[in-house]
This record gives sequence, structure tokens and C-alpha cells, in this order.
Amino acid sequence: MDAVFKALADESRRKLLDQLHKSNGQTLGELCAHLDMTRQAVTKHLLLLETANLVAVVWRGREKLHYLNPVPIHEISERWIGKYERHRLQALSDLKKGLEQNKTNKKE
Amino acid sequence: MEKPKLVYATYIRTTPKKLWAAITKPEFTRQYWGRLANVSDWKKGSPWQHVTEGRKPEIYISGKVLECIPPKRLVLTWADPDALADQSRVTFEIEAIEDMTCLTVTHGNFKAGSTMVKKVSSGWPRVLSSLKSFLETGRGLNVWAGR
Repeated sequence: MDAVFKALADESRRKLLDQLHKSNGQTLGELCAHLDMTRQAVTKHLLLLETANLVAVVWRGREKLHYLNPVPIHEISERWIGKYERHRLQALSDLKKGLEQNKTNKKE
Repeated sequence: MEKPKLVYATYIRTTPKKLWAAITKPEFTRQYWGRLANVSDWKKGSPWQHVTEGRKPEIYISGKVLECIPPKRLVLTWADPDALADQSRVTFEIEAIEDMTCLTVTHGNFKAGSTMVKKVSSGWPRVLSSLKSFLETGRGLNVWAGR
């Protein structure tokens, strides 16, 4: 679990996960194309994410595909979020999303 | 090879044999997978079912065993029996790493417009966390919590 928090405590790595959330199963090259980082930096961050098991890897021939692996995040939520709280949290999260959506819509 | 849609990995403090039994034996699956049983003779070409137990079994998922190499690799077709055309494919891969066992679940070959992707992408992380808890502590999690 330490490795998961360490991996998540960095904006670039969170951006990498966002990219995979948008489109799962990307190669290093594809990931680099969407991010303002050097290939070396992306490689380094991916390795850390893999070590924390937040990114799962599948080889397709010589291509290495990266997938967002939500299992460790689920384990964190299981540990601290009681099963009875989940509904309330979902409602609050939906409310926040709804209100923030309205705000951005009005700005436009 | 098709590019799989969903890939999940979990590291469990157990042996490949125990993990294999937890996936393929109904008396174990029902303890962590929402009381459902995985039933099959696990031979290549055989049918398999993800089914409730009791007098009136209700089949949640059904399919065929495409590959079965205990305790390493299991490949299944996967479909809701009410929507058999919406068939996909699930692969379980088991690998021992020192005192741990890594389970990788790949779910792919979804048909265009499949409604299964959405259903399983919220389900797999729960089932795999529950499987890990079951093997490490003897108790699974409630996979239906909050549903």
C-alpha cells in the first residue's frame, strides 16, 4: 500500500493514469504523444506505477501495452470506506460533480 | 492478437494451486464471488456457468472453456445467457513470484456495442479484491455492497 500512495503522490503519474483512463492499453509511444514529458521521464514514471500495480502490462508481440489497474485503489477504498457509507459518498460526489458542471457551463 | 479492453492484476499471498482452486471450485467461489459458483468440468470445449446455488439455480454468466492449463491459464467465453450474442472472452493467468502469486485477468473480444464492458468494469476490481481477501484471511468481501 505504501507503493500505491507513493505512486499517486505525483502529478505526472496521475496524468499518466488519466491518459490510460481515457484510453486503456496504450504503448509508451502513444502515451508520450499526449504528455509534455520526455520519453525517459514517462518510462521512469510507468515503472513506478507498474511496481505499485497501478498499471498492468500486456505484451502483444513486441508491443508493450499499458492498462490502468484499479484493483489496488479498490482495496484502499475497501479499507477505509465502510460498505454503508458508499451510498452517501456517491451522492455527495454526484452533487459536487453536478454543481461544478453547472459552474463551468455558466462561464462559457 | 486482439488488443484486450480490460486488464486487471492482483498479487496474492498464496500458491498457484490454491488460487486455481479458488477460481474453479464452487465451494470456494461462492465464498468471495457474491455467493455464486463457477461450475464446469474444466475441460477444453466444455461448458461453464457462473450460477447461484440452491433448488432453482439462476445462471448469471455462461460460456465455454477455450483453454485450461492448471494452475496457469484458463480461457473462457463469457456471456449473459439472456444475451448470448454479446459474447466476450476472459483469460486468467497465474504466475508465482517468490512467496506471492500474481493473477492477471484479461477481458476482451467484446462485440461492438457490448453492454457487458460497463457491467464488468465495475465488477472485476471488487471480485479480485474479495478473492485476495478470501485467500489471505479466509473471508471474502461483500461484492454487492452499495449496489
